[in-house]
Amino acid sequence: MTTATHNIEIDRDKGDFKYAETHKFDAGVGLNEGTVDYISDVKGEDDWIRDFRKRALKVFQDKPMPTHWATKDLENIDFNKIRYYLAGDQRAKKSWDDVPDEVKETFERLGIPENERKFLAGVEAQFDSEAAYSNIKEAVAKDGVIFMGSTDGLMEHPEIFKKWFGKVIPTADNKYAALNSAVFSGGSFIYVPPGVKVSHPLQAYFRINAENFGQFERTLIIADEGSEVTYMEGCTAPKFDTATLHSAVVELVAMPGAKIEYITVQNWSSNVFNLVTKRAIAHEGSVVKWIDCNIGSRLTMKYPGVILKGRKARGEVLSIALANDDQHQDTGAKMIHAADDTTSNVISKSISVGKGRSTYRGQVRIPKHLKGCKNNTECDALLINSDSRTDTYPAITVRGDQNYVQHEASVSKVSAEQIFYMQQRGLSEADAMSLSVNGFVNDLTRQFPMEYSVELKRLIELEMEGSVG
Amino acid sequence: MRASLEIKNLNVMIGDKQIIKDFSLTIPKSEVHAIMGPNGTGKSTLAKALAGHPDYEITSGDALIDGESIINLEVDERSRAGLFLAFQYPMEIPGVSIANFIRAARNARLPEGEDLDAPAYYKELYEKMDRLKIDRKFTSRSINEGFSGGEKKRCEILQLAMLNPKYAILDETDSGLDIDALKIVSEGVNALRGPELGALVITHYQRLLDYIVPDKVHVMYDGRIVKSGDKSLALELESKGYDWIKEIAENAA
Repeated sequence: MTTATHNIEIDRDKGDFKYAETHKFDAGVGLNEGTVDYISDVKGEDDWIRDFRKRALKVFQDKPMPTHWATKDLENIDFNKIRYYLAGDQRAKKSWDDVPDEVKETFERLGIPENERKFLAGVEAQFDSEAAYSNIKEAVAKDGVIFMGSTDGLMEHPEIFKKWFGKVIPTADNKYAALNSAVFSGGSFIYVPPGVKVSHPLQAYFRINAENFGQFERTLIIADEGSEVTYMEGCTAPKFDTATLHSAVVELVAMPGAKIEYITVQNWSSNVFNLVTKRAIAHEGSVVKWIDCNIGSRLTMKYPGVILKGRKARGEVLSIALANDDQHQDTGAKMIHAADDTTSNVISKSISVGKGRSTYRGQVRIPKHLKGCKNNTECDALLINSDSRTDTYPAITVRGDQNYVQHEASVSKVSAEQIFYMQQRGLSEADAMSLSVNGFVNDLTRQFPMEYSVELKRLIELEMEGSVG
Repeated sequence: MRASLEIKNLNVMIGDKQIIKDFSLTIPKSEVHAIMGPNGTGKSTLAKALAGHPDYEITSGDALIDGESIINLEVDERSRAGLFLAFQYPMEIPGVSIANFIRAARNARLPEGEDLDAPAYYKELYEKMDRLKIDRKFTSRSINEGFSGGEKKRCEILQLAMLNPKYAILDETDSGLDIDALKIVSEGVNALRGPELGALVITHYQRLLDYIVPDKVHVMYDGRIVKSGDKSLALELESKGYDWIKEIAENAA
């Protein structure tokens, strides 16, 4: 196969390096109104954003931790010890030559500029709080496609930004969305004009370099009528002894007939709390597809959702989670049907290795007055070791008798007899294990873009190496 | 010394129960030996213990491939040393296609950093599938998942043909096969017979030995061989029944 050249290099060892901090801008440790003012000041923001941030801060402070349903591990985040804004510059560079050396080296080690040349229509590379680099291929920009960091987007296209910002995910949606709304910085801003089909993916890469730090990017993607776009994001951080926080808000708007595919390969180091809110609004006849792969982090809580607002809109979530020792992947999907003939599909596969824990939470809502709606949900869990754990919490609310819902769930184990069989053919125990795990996710990864399915396969092999014996 | 699969005074326990008792047998390369015997006499235990199944403990004795002991090797090392076991109950591996599985097994036999020549591999795979009358569509089907009994056994013989072992143990390969499938499987095995392969065919019934004609037949009872002979022993056993063997075993004891 010749796909090796298309690899997106994000294995854990590759990401576990760091450079000395040289931030010009540092909001200091802890969070209060002064932190928010500092961020607004250095970014030179309009008052409406400053007010938006301050209202959000209040909501964040007032909202309790969701530990009545979520894991108590959330209590281990010390919000007073985190730094909320670290940057060298507020404006992203359009050429790698202008990016500071250590930042450029970071992304080179992660293979970003190389992938950009090979198969991407545009790249944004965020380093701690701000995008260090952002560029879109000229041919794509000529069609009127906007792709830049959110900080720049807010400055250069306030008329589009303001119209959609915070409309899909309201500030008070949950405690971490409120936190993001108070201190957000970075993330991607994309606008695709009507009828424009972006043939190659746009990619963002999120890198955390600093210790005791929180990254709060805010991504807003608007695909106008009949347009199509694929966005991929990757992320890594060095492993620190202290906790790192990543809390993003991602809002997608698919206008009538538009198609958005959003692909995540999350490979944070195992000290990162990854608490992310992702949701899309799908208008008439549009399609939104979330492909969500969670391999890294200490705790991930993420349930990409689609509000199916227009007739015949379609929402999809394909989710793969791998939880190893000391990891909890709490993932799932939300499908909110709000128009007739809307369809949704959720396929989730989780693998728990060692003492790893995976949790599936799914919410499907179809109100009584709708007709012709369909949902299909499949969630399969694979347990590798005897102390691996998995839980499933599906919440399906379907009213009325003109809608159709199907739910399947399974839990399986790789048996000792299967391993013996494969070993008898000459495969080592570790190879046998990774082959069967890859087999478990195979029907899902086949639907991913080639670069990602190859990379994912390799990541799974790496994770399985230490899991046997 | 002639190349052979040599089993010397082997004793095997499952838990605290001794199943194989001081068992000795030598299968020279190029020969096909058959082991027959009543159910529960230790035939499958012998096969799995030789392959290295973790539940089967070899308490004493030895097994050697061409003079090299294999009993301290891992399961996969024994396989790569040249031992193949066609399973009585082949396992299903969901999501792992036949083509990818055999390819991974072949790759495991190559030196580090070397990769299989894919076009040549597929050519060989298709040829061998055709010979075993396995539809080419099966290459992308998950190993044994949803296969009929006959399909599973043909898939075992396909793997045998693709991995070119020095010695093969066929554990009740005839069980669950109708006569047509039995013929196809037997033809597949016969095609592999020759100077480069030694085989041990384990069966409960004489029927299989009409198609895979053995050089020697051994009758096993209560964990050991009680009688050996040429292919006519299988017919004698067929007509006299296993009670005859019981008597021989009891008289010997």
